[in-house]
Amino acid sequence: MSASVVVVGGGPSGIRAVEQLVSAGLRPVWIEESADGGGRITQRPPAGFKRDARALYGADAGRARRLHGTLDALKSRCDWRPDTLVWNIRPRERVLHLLQGGGQQSELRYDALILCTGAMDRVVPMPGWTLPGVTTLGGAQVALKSQGVAIGAKPVLMGTGPLLWLTALQYAKAGAMPALVLDTTDTLTKLRHLGGLLGNLPTMLRGIGLNLGLRLRGVPMVEDATPIAIEGDGAVRSLRWRDGAWREHVTPCDAVAMGWGLKPEAQLADLAGVPFDFDATQHNWIVRRDAAGRAPVAGVYLAGDGAGIGGVEVAELSGTRAALALLADHALPVDAVMVRALDMKLAAEAQFRQALEQSFPYPAKLARRMPDATLLCRCEAITAGELRAAAAAEAPEINRAKAFSRVGMGRCQGRVCGPPAAEVLAAALGVEVQAVGRLRGQPPVKPIPVQQVPA
Amino acid sequence: MLTRLLDQDRVAIVLQVDGVGIEAKQGDTLLTAMLAAGLGYVRTSEFGDGGRAGFCWMGACQECWVVVTEQGLRRACSTLAEAGMEVVRR
Amino acid sequence: MICDADVVIIGGGGAGCSAALHLAQRGADVVLLERGLIGGQATGVNHGGVRQQGRHPAELPLAIKSRAIWGRMRELTGTDAEFDPCGHLKLARSEVEEAELLRWNQMAAQYGLRPRMIGRNAIRADHPYFGAQVVAGSLLEEDGSANPRLLAPALARTARAAGASLLEHHAVADIAHDGARFVITANGTSFRTPILLNCAGFWGGEIAKRFGEPVPVEPLHPNMLVTEPLPFFCQHNVGVVGGDVYLRQIARGNVIFGGGRGEGDASVPVTRPRPDAAFAAMTRAIALIPRLAEAMVIRSWTGIDGQMPDVLPVLGPSRTTKGLIHAFGFSGHGFMLGPGVGAVLAELVLDGKTDVKLEAFDIARFARQDAGDDVWKTRL
Repeated sequence: MSASVVVVGGGPSGIRAVEQLVSAGLRPVWIEESADGGGRITQRPPAGFKRDARALYGADAGRARRLHGTLDALKSRCDWRPDTLVWNIRPRERVLHLLQGGGQQSELRYDALILCTGAMDRVVPMPGWTLPGVTTLGGAQVALKSQGVAIGAKPVLMGTGPLLWLTALQYAKAGAMPALVLDTTDTLTKLRHLGGLLGNLPTMLRGIGLNLGLRLRGVPMVEDATPIAIEGDGAVRSLRWRDGAWREHVTPCDAVAMGWGLKPEAQLADLAGVPFDFDATQHNWIVRRDAAGRAPVAGVYLAGDGAGIGGVEVAELSGTRAALALLADHALPVDAVMVRALDMKLAAEAQFRQALEQSFPYPAKLARRMPDATLLCRCEAITAGELRAAAAAEAPEINRAKAFSRVGMGRCQGRVCGPPAAEVLAAALGVEVQAVGRLRGQPPVKPIPVQQVPA
Repeated sequence: MLTRLLDQDRVAIVLQVDGVGIEAKQGDTLLTAMLAAGLGYVRTSEFGDGGRAGFCWMGACQECWVVVTEQGLRRACSTLAEAGMEVVRR
Repeated sequence: MICDADVVIIGGGGAGCSAALHLAQRGADVVLLERGLIGGQATGVNHGGVRQQGRHPAELPLAIKSRAIWGRMRELTGTDAEFDPCGHLKLARSEVEEAELLRWNQMAAQYGLRPRMIGRNAIRADHPYFGAQVVAGSLLEEDGSANPRLLAPALARTARAAGASLLEHHAVADIAHDGARFVITANGTSFRTPILLNCAGFWGGEIAKRFGEPVPVEPLHPNMLVTEPLPFFCQHNVGVVGGDVYLRQIARGNVIFGGGRGEGDASVPVTRPRPDAAFAAMTRAIALIPRLAEAMVIRSWTGIDGQMPDVLPVLGPSRTTKGLIHAFGFSGHGFMLGPGVGAVLAELVLDGKTDVKLEAFDIARFARQDAGDDVWKTRL
């Protein structure tokens, strides 16, 4: 096969995709935006850090070791390009536009493309969330894992889901005792979907283990709670919140991390022309693809969290699966038994994911009720009130509201504020969130310098 | 404030931020180096709502762009601090 | 079901919405049909220049009429669409270009416009941010810029309030004509009218063709970019002789600039900015304003306008069909004209005449063989 195959993303799904391609005798181009692959959940610290995999990744240590081993072995067997941002795709020409570390621009043609672009935290803007010291849960985790630092000595962690407990326990173990772990979900909601969670018993038990670990360490935890505002002047001083009985509390703290599940980083798929559908359970817009990861755009395949949130295990499976689909589509031999096994595992994982999302729902009503004065769009400093004014000025969908209000027009292009902005707009219009659509991607997916550096 | 906790037994380096020397450690990102040194923020919002100090730590939120002399604009969360580096906050 | 109207307008850009507003304000029963969203294409995605400077003399009376409407936009619509009469500064990058500025200024004086030349030394002193290639400039202080995303929606809101029906997602499927009235079918509904205004931008060509007067209209995709917010330095909307780059800094700090062409498929419709055009515009922008080398581009976009071979619009009555009036093909510089075009259309419909000379915009001009060199042909 002489086709040009490109894999974008060096996380778990990218690693497994490239592994399959290489073992089929291909030499794909493998592009990673960071200096190293490994993804986020199994991110490696830079050189010079000494903690071992057990200390870094806990229960994921074995997985991390395997992924890193495969990653390092593959680098020399493909065209490995770290520090490279894909900032645009022209699907008709099948061309990627690349920006290399120093600002060098280049083009890359592809015949087949696997997008493994991962995910980021889904957040709810609230008063004070732009203060220094406020991060995403993923950010708080990356800080500890890859830098050995805590976002604060006495942080509040808020959100819902396994990442909340995991991060909180990692912080407690590292010596940054959380001032509070604020969970917006009530116990009943979590218990209601216990049956579905039994589909992946080890993961479920791990979640319970995390929760127990936090309790054993005496980490203060509240459920069914509502954050009101992060307070402070130039730095975080406290979190104001309400408990399930509607009593108000103020918890002193020096940092806050927030995250309510993940949202796919699917901007490149968007530019490639892949359509999106609203997934009511994930409460996310998800790229359209078949079970193997084929997008309805010629030559484009999707895997990992960027193709719908599934977690690290699904990322690995779907990376392998997408590569096998690509090989089969190019008339290369694939192991049918392996394909069938993967499809079964992926189907089972999808069921588990459904239960997980239902157990730890995105608190849409928090976003919908955001006070008018809240900075909704961090980049452009646009308030929720300004977006609501756009709704009143006849913006029936989010891109029109963006055009009127500038929400989502900044450097991050609505990555961060897009989902909550859609909630605010939908509430203002009195419609379901999917009725207002999603922010369309525009190139560049991340900022590029005006100045081009000759290669 | 950002707190150094684990794995901090690394070579000390000095870099300049807005012309002032700060101590950091080999392997720190610029974001870690600046916040751990107590600088408080890494850029100022253009719209008068104060300092920003990153948010996602993974190159997504675009909140930590700084100017590195002779390199240009860099995301502080994904750029390693180097001895002698000159950083300017915007 | 058939809806009767005094006037049906096809196309919800600036011209169509302004026509709807002006007609409705004078009591006409107006229906406007828009295939997508109001102001979604050429009117909504352009640079936002509100500029008389540099235009073809044939366009100046129309531009002057439109500029007057811009001046009372807030009174008219309740919003100014961020219109800022910040001046349009057209730059020369050579002595030849400087002579061209002077030549235009002399011509424009006959129309009552008073641009001010800024010489080599003054431009350095007053605008130290320009690069060495800039040798002179001409400033028309009453020109400026506005937010293209806001104009058509603002006109549309006011038109609706005045009683017009503006229907989005109403792509025209069929137009029938019985010699006296048009029946236009869109989104399953038929609209019957004695007067049809063709304000359909690039798609205006299809409508003209339907009535036996095909024109050589091509799709035009302006390639637009915007930087992150930068400390404010540049007050004016800036253009160059030749038009290969144009830029303006908005009060929030972002520098919006364009140049070259994007790409697209009008049949979908879908448009995309082109990286090669973006790089060319970026290089030219830095040459003009070197400090832009330290900035980042955060977004790019394009849309669909209609371009005529002589870069002048088709504006005026059809030569084949009574009751049909064309207003399309603004060739990349119609945003500023939109409000004035709507006023002219309303006059043509309700008064049978307008004070703006329309000869140069006659749809029949492409059939004539006598077109010589046009020394004023806009070079965009």
